[in-house]
This record gives sequence, structure tokens and C-alpha cells, in this order.
Amino acid sequence: MTYVRPKFRHPELQKNKLGYTVDYYEGALSTLCAGCGHDSISAGIIQAAYEMNIEPHKLAKLSGIGCSSKTPAYFLSNSHGFNSVHGRMPSVATGANLANRDLTYFGVSGDGDTASIGMGQFVHVIRRSLNMTYIVMNNGCYGLTKGQDSATADQGSKNKGGNVNLFESIDLASLAIELGATFVAQSFSGDKAQLVPLIKAAMNHPGFAFINVISPCVTFNNNVGSTKSYDYVREHIGATATVDFVPEMQEISIEYGKGTHKNVTMHDGSVIQLHKLAEDWNPLDRQSAMNAVINAKAKNEILTGLLYVNPDAHDLHDIIKTSDRPLNTLTKEELCPGSEMLNEINADLR
Amino acid sequence: MAGKTDKINDFVVRFANVNGTGSASANFLFTKAIFRMGVPVTPKNIFPSNIQGLPTWYEVRVSEKGYLGRREGIDLLVSVNPQSMLNDIKSVRTGGYFLYDSSKKLHAEYIREDINYIGVPLMQMCNEAYTDARQRQLFKNIIYVGALATLLDIEFNVLEDLLSEQFKGKEKLIPANVKALKLGVDYIHANYKYPLEFRVERRDLLKDKIMIEGNSACGLGAVYAGATVAAWYPITPSTSVVEAFMDYSAEFRVDKITGKNNFAIVQAEDELSAIGMVIGASWNGARSFTATSGPGVSLMNEFLGLAYFAEIPTVLVDVQRTGPSTGMPTRTQQSDIMEAAYASHGDTKHVLLFPSTPKECFESMLDAFDLAEGLQTPVIVMTDLDLGMNDHVSPPLTFDDSREYKRGKVLDAAALEKIEKFGRYLDIDKDGITYRTLPGTHPSKGSFFTRGTSRDEYATYTEDSAAYQHNMDRLIRKWDTAKNMVPAPQVYQKKNESKNGILFFGTSQYAAEEAMDILKEEKIVVDAIRLKSFPFNKDVEYFINSHDTVFVIEQNRDAQMKSLLMIELGVDPKKLISVLNYDGMPITADNILNQVKVNLRSSSKSLMSKN
Ligand SMILES: Cc1ncc(C[n+]2csc(CCOP(=O)(O)OP(=O)(O)O)c2C)c(N)n1
Ligand code: SF4
Ligand SMILES: [Mg+2]
Repeated sequence: MTYVRPKFRHPELQKNKLGYTVDYYEGALSTLCAGCGHDSISAGIIQAAYEMNIEPHKLAKLSGIGCSSKTPAYFLSNSHGFNSVHGRMPSVATGANLANRDLTYFGVSGDGDTASIGMGQFVHVIRRSLNMTYIVMNNGCYGLTKGQDSATADQGSKNKGGNVNLFESIDLASLAIELGATFVAQSFSGDKAQLVPLIKAAMNHPGFAFINVISPCVTFNNNVGSTKSYDYVREHIGATATVDFVPEMQEISIEYGKGTHKNVTMHDGSVIQLHKLAEDWNPLDRQSAMNAVINAKAKNEILTGLLYVNPDAHDLHDIIKTSDRPLNTLTKEELCPGSEMLNEINADLR
Repeated sequence: MAGKTDKINDFVVRFANVNGTGSASANFLFTKAIFRMGVPVTPKNIFPSNIQGLPTWYEVRVSEKGYLGRREGIDLLVSVNPQSMLNDIKSVRTGGYFLYDSSKKLHAEYIREDINYIGVPLMQMCNEAYTDARQRQLFKNIIYVGALATLLDIEFNVLEDLLSEQFKGKEKLIPANVKALKLGVDYIHANYKYPLEFRVERRDLLKDKIMIEGNSACGLGAVYAGATVAAWYPITPSTSVVEAFMDYSAEFRVDKITGKNNFAIVQAEDELSAIGMVIGASWNGARSFTATSGPGVSLMNEFLGLAYFAEIPTVLVDVQRTGPSTGMPTRTQQSDIMEAAYASHGDTKHVLLFPSTPKECFESMLDAFDLAEGLQTPVIVMTDLDLGMNDHVSPPLTFDDSREYKRGKVLDAAALEKIEKFGRYLDIDKDGITYRTLPGTHPSKGSFFTRGTSRDEYATYTEDSAAYQHNMDRLIRKWDTAKNMVPAPQVYQKKNESKNGILFFGTSQYAAEEAMDILKEEKIVVDAIRLKSFPFNKDVEYFINSHDTVFVIEQNRDAQMKSLLMIELGVDPKKLISVLNYDGMPITADNILNQVKVNLRSSSKSLMSKN
């Protein structure tokens, strides 16, 4: 059985700058469980791409294996997608990006896909500063293989089978900051108001942008005692700041609550507006971001928002000085030294 | 005048050195001088998996007849390593020579009555001539080259020329080197009879031939093939493939105006990542490759299955070494054949190329990219340590400027415009090869979801049995198409001349051809075929079917190529007789002859007894 979303257009839907309505950014019908957090994130991605006026064919979406990694089929059907192998999406994204630096690369992974089998590739893609957005749909369990604990499951949390996780959990956001990721955010699948601007800002970031999204698995990890259930997250969420993405300097002034706000100018001149909740919050300060994440964890809180950003990020292409033109557009004339040169090489080998 | 027992241009010299003492360049100087004198010469590095301190050997065969395989029997051993001396002395053939550092007297136990000793006080001479400790170490090597030049009649000015080429830009270093050469020359002049009864005589046998390592040729081939993305993880003996690609790219691919690179090379965190990058880049339309050896191929298995099933061009160079496991990492073998042919779980098979010479390494890379993109599948270039890390006399590398890169069936925006509905896996041409699109081509047409899961012809996920099987059958159709696209084997005779044939591939070529010559001299005729690729085409099938017995020569224990022939062509196993070599050293003609003759004798006996 195949699942293709039936196409019907609502004439009243608003068009974005490119003339596309939001449904143009949708994908095939999701086959995930009803209520799965991952579907909410897909909806957020669709919304963000629509609002950012992304040309879908100028974006490539990549993933590993897992329920989470299936989602690229459920958004942006006009983008090329690549559902690779378990834990190895970062390497495929790296190769793709090296071949064509002009596209936007959007990676989706799960906590199993990233924090266990794919930990090596996750660490190294950060180290290389690949220009991509990397979203982990983090449900603290292996959804697709039916609910085993993952490495992000909190110590002491109970899984569906009633077993308590005995091991320390891996905190992906602080790890990413530690490893030098230049954009690290955390959010909750149920908080679209926060998630959409974060995704937009991540896609606009000129280096590696990581978003760890807590995404409850309704089937295997929404039980009492799980720290990644809807109820737990709603009760224990702590936001760093409310974030609003303002592309290309178009000032939108939305004030949330009574917090102060701070503008962060991105590399390309666009602005992320942060509404500070914590008095000492400075997303440009790596050290305090680290501290805040660690402190929140100690209090069993999930700190959400933009934790850290370095707007002057350099990506892999800058570092290894690849040509500004995408490598996949270079022709034989530009790439092949030709027979005359080969004769010279031969002569040197005699 | 050559005496009766004199052997011109036909001998083996082995150097016994210590790893990391600068012997490599001196030994290469020796080899290159013989090459420059127009005489076929084959050096083999026999080195430990170690950086400094362990024994290492360099064996040079000189062959007027142009035999470039290894040969047993050491005519002259140059000993500069006390550690291995006892065994080195044992390795010299009766009547052969042992050149050693006579700064210290040889122990009685080191004296063999049936060989000749040539003592040159290398250390003592160095200590007298040089003050710097490093120079004393390095010039020991050059002194013995000088001594050998006199003993073997190597032209001194050829050595001088090579030195001045080597130190171009550092001319200051030339006189000290020439001085060391002369020290060696003079010492032999003063103390020994020269030249030896085996020696070099100038010929013009090499014409336009070059001398290059297979790995350099592969790296250069990738540049000529238009590869722009290379990802790799270091492993002997494949590392120098990517290093060569790096060097040649730095030379030819840096934009003169912007200073930016028209290539990207990433040292990955492991081989899984390296092949993942290659797959990602190829999926996105760049020519991309990686190089590794057996352990790396083992790690790449899952990804190779993905590339096979999702149909993504992938070029991989496997420079084979001695397995299993870490095995003998600095010794040669052809033992990854099964692993490469069927890499990954499920029904998978991969296109393999088997180059024999550096020239073919270069061409294999050109072919590998055309085939990988033409067939949208992995192509594995199967070389080995012997070919990759030794200098080989090779025909010059050639490139036809009119050769275009065959990028395969890729639809551009204009082509997509004309299509009602794009189906990534629709077999429109009925050859099993379907049309692909690259990301970013067209705003509303041609996008699809690449996946390792089962899908229908429109790339939509499906678990429908018929659709799955339909796809698997198409992949076999593609495999059949591949048979006519891969390089055809080299068949040595126009018409069969014997009921017996020999079959070989890769670096067994030199030894096999030499063995054939010797058999011919003994009036034993065998037909021959050299495989260049997998899948096997009809020529391979015909060769095997039209002979009673086929000797399958290969360098592994388990007769992997024989298995592959049996599996893929349904050959009667009794027909295929294995000639195997798996001691980690390159195969020799003698070894082949012994195994072939034993079997020929026993089969003729059994024929007679039947009558
Ligand atoms: C090499 C390999 N090992 C194991 C599996 C089985 N497997 C599929 S998905 C998965 C875990 C997925 O967990 P996660 O990444 O957290 O995704 P989720 O389903 O929770 O969204 C595993 C172990 C596999 N596909 N490949
Ligand atoms: S099993 Fe869990 S993660 Fe997977 S689709 Fe269902 S709810 Fe989502
Ligand atoms: Mg999970």
C-alpha cells in the first residue's frame, strides 16, 4: 500500500512571495501514529519553509532510519529527499553539500539515529561545520523498533515495559555546544510558536545549525514516569527566551510578556530577535549557554529556545576553500588536464 | 665480451634495510638507473607494518626478456641490516653474492662456503668522509649504490643525472651525494674483481615506457575522470591513491584567478563516513570516489547495499592486502573478491574492474566513473598492494581528448518539461537502467525520495510483493546490460590451440605470461585469458566452455575467483583447477609452472589409464 496525500487546494490559502501556498510545501500522507510528536515537527518545517519563501527544489532533505527519519517523506514533496542508512545521514549530507554548495540542506534524525549508532557522524559533522540544519526528533526511545530506551532517555525514567533506565543520558544540545556547533537550539514539538522561528533561523544560519526537539512518542514513551511524555515536558519546560526570526532586516516587533529583548544579527544581515526571560541570558556566550543547559538539567528542566549562536560561522567550504561554483557544475574542460599535460607527466616518469 | 656463464640483464638483487633509514631513495636510484639504461626492471617493497626500526627489503628483478613478475632466487644480497643478516645470508642462491658492511668482521657462523662475500666498510667510510650523524647514516646507502654500479656495470653518468634531477632546486646537496657514489665505486675498483658475471648492459627495450606506482596512476586517473569529491580514511596500502589525487588536484585544479579549489577532499572519521560522503556527492551529481583496503570494504558493506538498491553511482578503489582481519597489512593478496562482488546483505552484486598495470589503473578510473554513472551502481576498482605501492614499468598513460565523460541517464530541466509524470524507476529503455534527476533541477518536476526501502517505479514506498520483485528483476536486467559495458577480457589467441587454458587477472598477469612463455619453450601449449572485469561477459563463458581444463590463477587461499566463475557461469567445478598463491608475496612464474605441471601430468596420466 502506498500513501500519497490527495491534492485539493483551498482557494483562500495565502500565497508567499514566490506565489506558493503552504500546501505546496507538504509531503505525502504521514504513516506515523496519530499524535506522534514527529508529525508536529513536520508541520513546523512546512510552515517555516513556506514563510521563508524557500524554493523547494533548492532544498535537499536527508535522514537516517527511524520513525523520525521517515518524516522527510511527509514534507516538501517538491524537494529531493534521501532516506539513507541508520545513523549515517551526516556523511551523506556532507557529500551532497560538497557537490553543490548552492542548495539548502535539511537533515532529520532521531535520538537513536544520532545519539547511539550515529554518534560518531554527528560529532564529526559538527566538527566540520557543515552548512546544514540538523533536527533531532528526540523521543527518548527507539520508536520504530518498538520502544527500547535510547541514549537520551533520562536516568530513572520508565519505559513502556515499566523498566527503569539505569544509565546517564546524553544531552545532545550541550554536546553540540561543546563540540563547537555555531547554532544550537532546543524546543518542543508541541510548541509551534517557538519551533517555527527556530527552524527558520537555523535554515538561515551559514554553518551547522542544530535543533534538539523533544518529541513525545505517543505509543512507546508517553507514559507516566517518562521525562519525554507530553505531560512531563509541559510541566518542566523552561524557555531561555522567546525567539522570533526576522528575515532580511524586515523589522517585526512582537513583544512577548514583559521580558527584555535582544537582536542577533545573522551573517546575511537577517535578525533573530530574542526575548530574554532569564536576566543573564546571552546567546552569543558559549560558556553561559553551557552552564544554563547544565543547570536546567540538574533541576530536571528542559531549557528551550536558542541556546547559542555564533552569527559569523564559517562552513566547510570556507575552511577547505572550495570554488564558489558548485562542484557538480564544473565541466570536463575545467576538470581534465588533457593529453598534452599527460605527456608531460609521462616524461617526468621516465 | 660476455663469458659462458655470464648473465646479461637477468638477475635479482635484494636489499636488506632498516625501516626509516633513508634507504628507500637510494634503492630507487638504483632501480631508476637500470630503467634509464633501457632495461626492464621490477622493484618490490617488502616492508613491515612499522614506521621505524624493523627490517625492510627491496627486491629488484632485472629481466632482458621483460618479465616484470617476481622471481625466486637471489643473485646478490645487499645487507645493511644486522638484525636480519643471518636469514639474509641463507636467502642467497648457491654461487650468489653477499655484499655487507665490513666495518666489523663477520662472525664465523655467517660464513657460507657456497656463496661469495663482498665486504665494503660502509660505516667506516662514512665516518671518515662525513661529520654529521645524519649524513653518516644516509650516505651509507649511496655508497652501496656506487659499489653496485661498478659491480653491475651501471653507467655512472646515469646515476649522476638522476641525482641532479632529484635535487633540482637543492643543488647544494648534489656534490656530497656524488662523492658518496664515488666512494663506493672506488672501493670496488681497488678491492674486487668487477663487473660480476651477471650485470646490466644498455638496451633500448623500454622505448616510451614510464615507471609509476599503481596508486599514483589511480589518483591521477580520478583527476582525469573529473572526480571533484574524494572522501577517505587512511589505510595501507590505499592511502597513496588519495594522496596522489590531492597532489595532482593541487597542481591542476586550483583556480588561477580565485585561488579556490575545483575539488574537495575530506578525511572522514571512518570508512562508513567516507563511503557515505561519496554516495551523497554522487547522488548530487558530482563525480566522487574513495579508496580503501579490505577492512574498509568490510565497514562499507551496508552503504554499498544502499548504493546498489537505491541506484547511486559510487566509485571505490580497493587496494587489497593480506587478510583476513588485519592480516599482514603490508603484504599483497587478491582476497577481497567475494567480499567486493557481493558486498552487503540481501541480493546484491557489484561491478568490479581488475587492472593489471599502472596504465590500466589510470584507465580503470576513467571507466569506473563512466560505468558507475552509466549503470547507477557501485563500481569497485580491485587493485592490490603489489600494484598500488610498487613502482612498475608501464606503457605511458594515455588520454583521448575527444573522450567525453559519460554521465549516464540524467534528466535536465528541459527534458523534464517534456515529461508528463517522472518515474525514477521506470525502465523506459528496457535495459534496466532508469532515468535519474539531480536535486535543484526543476521547481516542480523530477523530485523524488531516494531510499533503501522497497519502492515502486515512482519511488514511492511500497511493500507490495509484485512491485518489489519487479524491481529486483529489473536490477538483474541492468546487470545483464552491464556485461556488455564493462571492459572485455584479454584473450591471448585468435583461435583455441589447446584443450587447456589458463585464466588470471590483476597482478598475476606478469607471472602468468612468463609461465606461458616457459611452457611454450617446453612445447606445452595452453590458451590464456585475462579477466578485466566482473560481471563476466560471453567471452569468458566461451573460453571456459571451449576448454577441458582451465587453470584459475589467483592470489588467495580460497579460490575466490574460481567460486565466482562457478556461481555466475554455472561452470562444472571439476573443470576449474586452482593455482593459488597466498603467502603475501607477489606470485611468481615458477610457482605457477609447478602447480600447472603437476596437474597436467596427473591429468594426462588419468587420461592414459582410462584408455
Ligand atoms: C544497522 C541497523 N541497525 C538497526 C536497525 C533497526 N532500527 C531501525 S530504527 C531504529 C531506532 C530508531 O530510533 P530513533 O532514531 O530514535 O528514531 P524514532 O523511531 O524513535 O523516531 C533501529 C535500531 C537498522 N535499521 N539498521
Ligand atoms: S512509534 Fe512513536 S515515534 Fe514512532 S510513529 Fe509511533 S508515536 Fe511516533
Ligand atoms: Mg527516538
